[in-house]
Amino acid sequence: MRFKEKLPQILKPLISIMVGLSLGLLVTKIAGEDPWNVLEILVRGAFGSRYDFGMTLFYTTPLIFTGLSVAFAFHSGLFNIGAEGQLAMGALSVAAVGILFPNAPGFLAPVLGVLAAVVGGGIWGAIPGWLRARRGSHEVINTIMLNFIAAGLTSWVTLYLLKNPDSQNPETAAVAPSYLIRQFSFFDGAPVSMAFFVALMAAFVVWFILWKTVLGFEIRAVGQSESAARSAGIDAAKMRMLAMAIAGGLAGLVGVGEVMGNADRFRVGFSPGYGFTGIAVALLARNRPFAIVASALLFGALHKGASELDLETENVTRDLSLILQALVILCVSAEGVWDLAGERYKLLIKKKWIRSAPSPELAEEHYSPKV
Amino acid sequence: MEFLASGVQIFESTLRVSTPLLFAALGGLLSERSGVVNIALEGMMLIGGFGAAAVALSTQSPVAGAFGAIFCGALFAILYGLFVIELKADQIVAGTAFNMLAAGVTPFLMKVFYDSSTSTPSLPLELRFQQGPVWISWVCLGLVWAWLKYTPSGLWVRIAGEHPEALDSAGIRVKRVRWISVILSGCLAGLGGASLSIFLASSFSRNMTAGRGFMALAALIFGKWKPVPTAIACLLFGFFDALQIRLQGVVLWGSEPVPVQFIQVLPYLVTVLVLAGVVGQSKAPRSLGVPFQAN
Repeated sequence: MRFKEKLPQILKPLISIMVGLSLGLLVTKIAGEDPWNVLEILVRGAFGSRYDFGMTLFYTTPLIFTGLSVAFAFHSGLFNIGAEGQLAMGALSVAAVGILFPNAPGFLAPVLGVLAAVVGGGIWGAIPGWLRARRGSHEVINTIMLNFIAAGLTSWVTLYLLKNPDSQNPETAAVAPSYLIRQFSFFDGAPVSMAFFVALMAAFVVWFILWKTVLGFEIRAVGQSESAARSAGIDAAKMRMLAMAIAGGLAGLVGVGEVMGNADRFRVGFSPGYGFTGIAVALLARNRPFAIVASALLFGALHKGASELDLETENVTRDLSLILQALVILCVSAEGVWDLAGERYKLLIKKKWIRSAPSPELAEEHYSPKV
Repeated sequence: MEFLASGVQIFESTLRVSTPLLFAALGGLLSERSGVVNIALEGMMLIGGFGAAAVALSTQSPVAGAFGAIFCGALFAILYGLFVIELKADQIVAGTAFNMLAAGVTPFLMKVFYDSSTSTPSLPLELRFQQGPVWISWVCLGLVWAWLKYTPSGLWVRIAGEHPEALDSAGIRVKRVRWISVILSGCLAGLGGASLSIFLASSFSRNMTAGRGFMALAALIFGKWKPVPTAIACLLFGFFDALQIRLQGVVLWGSEPVPVQFIQVLPYLVTVLVLAGVVGQSKAPRSLGVPFQAN
């Protein structure tokens, strides 16, 4: 019975992914490419060699963080579109700590870096949380605006305070070597670092907080019904502020992989939209932490696979990955389709074309943080 | 004297750079007043900007280009409406996805048509507008203002965003009102994109809106979802933009050039402050973002 209930929950996103990807691949036909060939390049580009697989994991890591960030806020009933700004602030904080405290001992430095990432992103997430809880202004608009403010602020700090004197690029000076976390020789030079395992741990911690602690229970209670949570004596405003701060901290952790594991410094505009893809990652995983890891892997693989298209096809560029992402999100988010399908199904039963009744969940399942 | 001359220059360039903002903000206003959140403005502008450049290039006429922008914007808006009005997709999720779609589709089509994924071939002077869009944007402002204020159908739009049930019980189809508003929104945002590609610049280039759709959204909120204050907000943000361009690398005091980043973030900062009630109050239409389901 349990399995039967869960089946549509697992099948629906899978069908949506298939439909979205198929539509996207069909688009390449317009450009005169063979969709099967494009698919093959995508798969080979993502998983073809140790290096390719490493790059896929490298792109997966930030997406796990941003996916968790969006999901965590969503469980408290808030929409975090600000992961893009939060991750920039987190990454800049890591770089700042790495430059300002070059003499931190080897074992302490990475810990300091991780803390800086969490605090930097967390503060940037707490601002819209506070604004929503205390001033009642909507977090969607505020997080969008804060993304742009973060872009301005990080580029100012980079260019005026922490500038790399030896480079014309908009980037900070390099962090001290003790901050760097090792890359694995297994992946033939792909910048997979300990950050990937930090991401897996973060998924576990998020699951633990949300489902095994009182704090998590209260956050989810606020997310499901603010009035019910209030009457149960839960401080809804406080929970939302906390949830947004934690969401910001999770997004900030992107800085660990980028600054300590990859570039050794903060580069302005390093993120190709990880924060926005995080929305897709969380949506596809229905905000469940472990599903987010799988969902992030899918989008990471798409990103890596598509980067091969520039070289290997005549007419299709890596921009296809944006189209594929958008189509997958749209197919997953179009809830009305299932309602329509449900109605058709009921119609067929009415006309005695199908015998058994469909489970009510099939028609009523909605995108919402269910326990 | 020099000071006066630069003042006139800044005024002129303010009018010019606020044109795309005004078009897009008016589009956003129509959609949001009818109850449909429009984060997809950015994407609609991109599609419109590309459509304008492509049609102007192939027909050798800027006017046709403008109509191309309207057409492409409307087409994109119809797709958006399909998802958010009919299929009840979350408007913020769908809006984000449509922005991604536009950011991916425009370079994709540029590659197919012009064999370059960075920009379209540049448009010669006779394929571009000189001043027209500025005037047209202000005419559009007048039309939107008068429509919403003085016509029955304008009233329907406003009620669709506040009390859709009331509209429904008066026998007006809420979904139809929202459809029309969203499509018009796409047309206007498309024109906003066109005024970037075939008016302010001389070609369409990859991601050329660079956040202007969101800035238009900010202007809309700063203007409290009302046409005239929204237009004033667009002018203000346009002024920041013009100032920022002029101050690039200028040394006003000390030895360092003015950090333009602070002027760049001003529009977003005032929007946050306005929403928080620090500077005035701004209240969204009551049913903004709630899909309508007739019983």
